[in-house]
Amino acid sequence: MTLQPLMDGLVNGSIIGLGAIGVTLTYSILRFANFAHGELLSWGAYLALTVSAALGALLPGLGTPIGPFSFGWSVPIAMIASMFLTGLVALTVDWLLFGRLRNAGSAQIILVMSSFGAALALRNLLEFIYTSSPAYFTTALQISRPVLPGLRATPDQLLVLVLAVVMVVAVHLLLTRSAAGRSMRAVSENPALASLAGIDTRAVIRMVWMLGAALAAVGGIMSGVVVQIRPTMGLDLLLPLFAASILGGIGSVPGAMLAGLMVGLAEAFTVQIIGAEWRAAVSFVILVAMLLLRPQGIFGKAAA
Amino acid sequence: MTQTMEGRQSAQDARSSDEEPILKARSLSRSFQGFKAVDDLSLDLHEGEIMGLIGPNGAGKTTMFNMLAGSLLPTSGTIHLKGQDISREGAEKRLRRGLGRTFQIPRPFPEMTVLENVLCGAQGQSGEKAISAFFRPARSRRDEALALEKARHLTDFLMLSHLENEKARVLSGGQRKLLELARILMADPKVILLDEPAAGVNPTLLQDIMARIVTLNEQGVTILLIEHNMDMVARLCSRVMVMALGQKLAEGAPDVVIRDPEVVRAYLGDAA
Amino acid sequence: MIDLLSYGAFFLTMALTYAVICLGLNLQWGQTGLFNVGVAGFVAVGAYVSSILTTPAIDGRLGGFDLPIVIGWLGGGLGAGFLCFLLGALTLRLRSDYLAIATFGAAVVIQLALLNLEGITGGPFGIGFIPRPFGTLAEQPGLFAAANLAVLIVLVLVCYLALQHLTRSPWGRVLRALREDEEAAKALGKDPVTYRLQAFAIGGFVMGLGGAAQAHFIGFIAPDNYLPTLTFQVWTMLIVGGSGNMRGAILGAILVWAIWALSGSLVASVFPPDQQARAASLQIVLIGVALCLVLLLRPYGILGEAGTLRAPLRRALRRTPNSLSEGQKTNV
Repeated sequence: MTLQPLMDGLVNGSIIGLGAIGVTLTYSILRFANFAHGELLSWGAYLALTVSAALGALLPGLGTPIGPFSFGWSVPIAMIASMFLTGLVALTVDWLLFGRLRNAGSAQIILVMSSFGAALALRNLLEFIYTSSPAYFTTALQISRPVLPGLRATPDQLLVLVLAVVMVVAVHLLLTRSAAGRSMRAVSENPALASLAGIDTRAVIRMVWMLGAALAAVGGIMSGVVVQIRPTMGLDLLLPLFAASILGGIGSVPGAMLAGLMVGLAEAFTVQIIGAEWRAAVSFVILVAMLLLRPQGIFGKAAA
Repeated sequence: MTQTMEGRQSAQDARSSDEEPILKARSLSRSFQGFKAVDDLSLDLHEGEIMGLIGPNGAGKTTMFNMLAGSLLPTSGTIHLKGQDISREGAEKRLRRGLGRTFQIPRPFPEMTVLENVLCGAQGQSGEKAISAFFRPARSRRDEALALEKARHLTDFLMLSHLENEKARVLSGGQRKLLELARILMADPKVILLDEPAAGVNPTLLQDIMARIVTLNEQGVTILLIEHNMDMVARLCSRVMVMALGQKLAEGAPDVVIRDPEVVRAYLGDAA
Repeated sequence: MIDLLSYGAFFLTMALTYAVICLGLNLQWGQTGLFNVGVAGFVAVGAYVSSILTTPAIDGRLGGFDLPIVIGWLGGGLGAGFLCFLLGALTLRLRSDYLAIATFGAAVVIQLALLNLEGITGGPFGIGFIPRPFGTLAEQPGLFAAANLAVLIVLVLVCYLALQHLTRSPWGRVLRALREDEEAAKALGKDPVTYRLQAFAIGGFVMGLGGAAQAHFIGFIAPDNYLPTLTFQVWTMLIVGGSGNMRGAILGAILVWAIWALSGSLVASVFPPDQQARAASLQIVLIGVALCLVLLLRPYGILGEAGTLRAPLRRALRRTPNSLSEGQKTNV
């Protein structure tokens, strides 16, 4: 038994966690399970790929790898741009679809259904533009180095872990310490009361999308850096995202991240012990176990 | 009027006996986001009586009703029906135990006919099981025929016969009140919680509804009534409880309670 | 002429297998308001169970048991129905979209199982030599196609009449009452979870039946037939036909299958082979957008006249999300 799955699980779990934060925020504030959230990860990755390729073409110097990493400065710059652009994608979908349904007073399940349609459109649009063949930020190969006895990691993988921690701490501080975060939590607790208290619900909704999409973009880019970029990457991550957000307790940001890590680790150890072909079933097993035993999640409050 | 007097008399008998109340609520509380709608309220309903629950708007009467009926679970406190603890049961289970309710704003199934609405109140219908709905054994056909006969009898009793094939959405407010009553009577409840059965009803219909309530009570149905019409409360109820701000303000015979200075203040205070 | 007729028969038979699946989904969504995102998985279960039961014995794989086709179809339906029952029992007491998430997950896992459980499902290559109804007529293509079509017409009719029979029974009345006003129905002693669970399982049975019929009509099945696109196709059929309306579900299936087949052959003839995959994805983009547009503009279907069942669905769906979540709070 080696420790190697620990590293793979933590890396993949960080990606799942970042995506799950977005799912849990949309779920608790906009009150529906967004089946299109996975697509935001794919869009984030492809948008970053496009920006990074354009930068690389304009300023070839940006393509030279930074220090031990596999990519040059074009990727971090592209990541910042992509966080913003993916936010715009999310806002556009909200403006075109979800917002209109909300205003029409549609039931929650209609929103879920429309997110399902939006997911198909967004995913196949990527496939149409970029084709279904996988893409990479760089072709540079990375050699993993021993970090602990029996545990090897590439510099890229370690960077992913550090970045995930930084993002989660930042989001947590934003939600707990800033006025914007307090209004988000107020809307999540009680939308009617929050709007009576003078909180601008529409601003909160914009925040949710920007934040969720930016985190999804980072997750998608991380996945692109350590694995590859495919139009179906978001679809493949969707079940783990849902499993993590339910496991972590709907509405809990630290819960989503921790649960994401747990799902990632469970997947990694399943791959190690049972076989890679059953990886995708892990999330479902976790989901079923949670719904059976503790539907409010590990970190969720018991239903009143 | 004599009917009403009889109703009061039979209820008086029930109250004087020492037997266990048919519906017993102890220290019920319910808060909504920190606001205590009902605060540590206890209530005894004795078999055979008609009891009134009155109080100014916002006193928590409907919240109390919802908790008794099982539409809302109490934050704390217990409810016993015929000595059995039903505190954590949902409305559907309580109805099957014989505790029914109507809603303040009637909730008919709008796209179903009056008759279908009433049929929905039938209990233990074998045709409501998917398997017998499919194969329609003799038993479920017999159940349905009996239910239909009873439903027709009830629509007749509540003056809805001429509307039985109309969609419930075309009914007037008063007719909806009657339909709710018919629907719940279909289930033969032993205890009925009536939430403002006379609100928005014209005076002629009001007399009819009151007469029907008295008839039911004579047939052995115990009734708890929320009502704003004091005349109606005084004529129907042997006992009333007054609520204000989620708590019990007074309890006793209607004519005494209505003159209670605290009660008067609660009402006038609410109006001012 | 004969070619055209037998193509027509082939097309219609295929469309009718979808109509059966669509009728099952209609019971779940149109009549009961349950959102099933795993249609492809339940269809697959029906197809595989029936195939394993009816194919001749083969080495290296479970079965086949060489049983009569009718037994296979019933088995397929029961398999899918039982799976729906389990998922419903797991989630129907919880938030309404947990069912959606659970069915989505189930479809993912079913797809994995089809690929990996080679000893049962034949793995990526699937199962072949599935007996076809009236296989003895295969020598005469015209007659064979007509016989297959007749079988499917009978199946659709049976499903339609059976479901109609069910929804017009006291059981169907309770289902309608629950949809029109859940709180009031509960006050009349009706337990929403029980009825939803039953409707979900029966809908799953019909879906499995449709999947089984489809497998026997095509003759071979593989995991690739049951990708999420299938779920999406069936949903589009139901939404276009008008949810809540049985005849709409059948009509929607035929219409959408026609559009799908036509646009598919258009893509094949207009685009060069190396661009066809891209064009096909554009086809799905357009249909995804169309689904969203229907939800935005005509949430109760494009076709279908004033079915009596649609008005209540409309009202049920107009409830604001807040009042829904409020309602849920009071239930727990």
